Amino acid sequence: MSYIAPDEDWTGGPVETRFAVPDMHCAGCIAKIERLLPQQPGITGARVNFSGKTVTVAHAERLADPDIIRAFDAIGFDAQPLHSAASVERGLVLKRLIRALGVAGFAAMNVMLLAVSVWSGADGNSRHLFHWIEALIAVPAIAYAGRPFFDSAFRALRAGTVNMDVPISIGVLLATGMSLYETVVNGQHAWFDGALMLLAFLLIGRVLDEMMRSRAASGAEALVRRTAAGAMRLDETGASQWVAAEDLQVGDRLLVAAGERLAADGIIEDGTSRFDLSLLTGESAPVPAGPGDVATAGTLNLERPITLRVTAVGEARAIAEIARLIESASQSRSRFVRLADRAATIYAPAVHLLAAVSFAAWMISGAGWHQSLLVALAVLIITCPCALGLAVPVAQVVACGTMMRAGLLVKDGSALERLSEADEVLLDKTGTLTLGRPAAQGIEAIPLHLRPIARGLAMASRHPLAMALRQALGGAYVSPAALTNIVEQPGEGVEARYEGRPVAMRRPRASEIGPVSDDRAAAALDLGEGAPIVIRFADSLRPGAREALAELNRLGLPARIMSGDRTDAVDAVAAELGIVGQGDMRPTEKMALLEAEIAAGRRPLMVGDGLNDGPALAAAHVSIAPASASDVGQQAADIVFLGDSLLGLPKAVRAARATMRVVRQNFVLAIGYNVLAVPLAMAGQVTPLIAAVSMSTSSLIVIANSLRLRGAVT
Amino acid sequence: MNGLLLLIPVALFLGLMGLLAFLWSMRAGQFDDMDGAAMRILIEDEDA
Repeated sequence: MSYIAPDEDWTGGPVETRFAVPDMHCAGCIAKIERLLPQQPGITGARVNFSGKTVTVAHAERLADPDIIRAFDAIGFDAQPLHSAASVERGLVLKRLIRALGVAGFAAMNVMLLAVSVWSGADGNSRHLFHWIEALIAVPAIAYAGRPFFDSAFRALRAGTVNMDVPISIGVLLATGMSLYETVVNGQHAWFDGALMLLAFLLIGRVLDEMMRSRAASGAEALVRRTAAGAMRLDETGASQWVAAEDLQVGDRLLVAAGERLAADGIIEDGTSRFDLSLLTGESAPVPAGPGDVATAGTLNLERPITLRVTAVGEARAIAEIARLIESASQSRSRFVRLADRAATIYAPAVHLLAAVSFAAWMISGAGWHQSLLVALAVLIITCPCALGLAVPVAQVVACGTMMRAGLLVKDGSALERLSEADEVLLDKTGTLTLGRPAAQGIEAIPLHLRPIARGLAMASRHPLAMALRQALGGAYVSPAALTNIVEQPGEGVEARYEGRPVAMRRPRASEIGPVSDDRAAAALDLGEGAPIVIRFADSLRPGAREALAELNRLGLPARIMSGDRTDAVDAVAAELGIVGQGDMRPTEKMALLEAEIAAGRRPLMVGDGLNDGPALAAAHVSIAPASASDVGQQAADIVFLGDSLLGLPKAVRAARATMRVVRQNFVLAIGYNVLAVPLAMAGQVTPLIAAVSMSTSSLIVIANSLRLRGAVT
Repeated sequence: MNGLLLLIPVALFLGLMGLLAFLWSMRAGQFDDMDGAAMRILIEDEDA
């Protein structure tokens, strides 16, 4: 199935490109990709990362993305290029945090070893020696492992705010300073173990938080579709070459094949075809266009190849305007303050006040500054938000892991917080409530023994209707028949021979469609016997749409449709689902409606997929997009659900609410622990031993409570 | 006491070795593809 003459010379150094291949499921897939891909022309090597579902391909420099995607296609896999530097950066942050955790963990264990001997009665010279060894291990370890907290606290203070890292940093630095002083004067208690354990526990929380974010980000990124990442450019001689979208220039002539998306705005020079504008407008019915008509980037060419003269590229495209809207809309989102940070603004001053009060009280009662400072320090260490730091990330990581297994990719931890607050749901129609792609209707008309031929014909073409037919037949477990002499005529159909008889899947003739007007697309199948069978294609509702909306309503989220499609098409779907709907909405109107809802105190959940939903997705309190959504839709949404069924929506809401319930329980547990221990600390009764025990117990309780979320997604 | 003077450095040294091994494995990408490693064991050799 090679698509390039094998004798062609592939020179130039090998380049590595990463591709997302979501369909890898087993060892066989790994072996197949790593063995067969390098046999494709121009490709020298392939390395699978199964956890990330990515493949790193080493290939000749002049091989462009579509060539490699075709190579994947030739061995039976669907691949999408990944060009995001963000995920690499994410990985680096995570690695830094894990290194810090490794160092803190190592130091905490060794210091604890020595601290236990001090607690169990070592005194005199050996205590002095142990404290010195502890200091030697702890000071550099704290300086290294504490950096993420110190940096963040410093940034917050400079911006004039307080976050959780401020009390953490003050506690850790004060504990280290006091312990160093105690070590030098041969005092009784050193708190190095407490400071290190605190850092280790908090770093666990940070690592989990970051891990969740990078995993979700890479998952969502893996689903980014190859919408017009480039185009075939025609030069003067008529030869075509693939160029990336950013290298296109005004005046270029592009050849756009059927089934391809336009990468730039332009005027059609040659060819007539029908275009799917749903990505831009939400309009579901294809729009015909011919020479002289204007076509915008992002539209899908459905029928025949056309030649396009580019009139606008990059920032000047109609799409870019939507991107700017999204950016302005998402700024309001960033004003959302996460629960942990809201807690910190109350917690941090309270803790510092308590420590100051205890210091003052002990000074007044004549205890001397040294003992008073030790008491204040004990208060700070006991109240250091160790369990608080774990309360949110552990719960969210456990919940997101469970949700991911259920096909819900959460891109951001605060999304769960926001989703749990949502009180209404606004849905786009095309591609969200409906599948957004033609689905074959009436395949029952094809006799069972002829279905393999139909499947074989459908598999010979990448036309959207052929793909829809293939999918419909694939569900019925039909294996394709072996066809010969396959010829595809763009815009006309596929012809082939089966056991000597001519068979075809083609554009139906006027006589076959009949006199009744029907705006559904159609294809005729000549299967060698009997009259040709006409198959109709129409966009259908997603499975589970009705149940999902009913369930959301029960959860207190009434649904409404907000679509850019014609009002009568919207009304039909709305009536079928028994909800209200509004059609003919432009992207700015959708965004304005959401902003009005938020201004009225509602917390709308936006579910949408198209480019035209992008600004609305970004403006909503929280947003969900299907995995079939456009690149932009997925970027703008907080959660992406896999598969066709809409039942993921109520699942996500329930999981988010369960998560926030556990997070609140965790806060109560963590703060309750502090409330019990603080009076002890203020009374001067807390030794490093008590601090160590209470700190680890409260953290373990919080983790154990969070693990209950493993079964939360049902 | 003399025993301690020997044992503490030994303990610290072993701990440090563990830390270094961990840092090395992070850098060498041992944790990059945890699920893939489990799968690869099932791949049969080409000529088998």
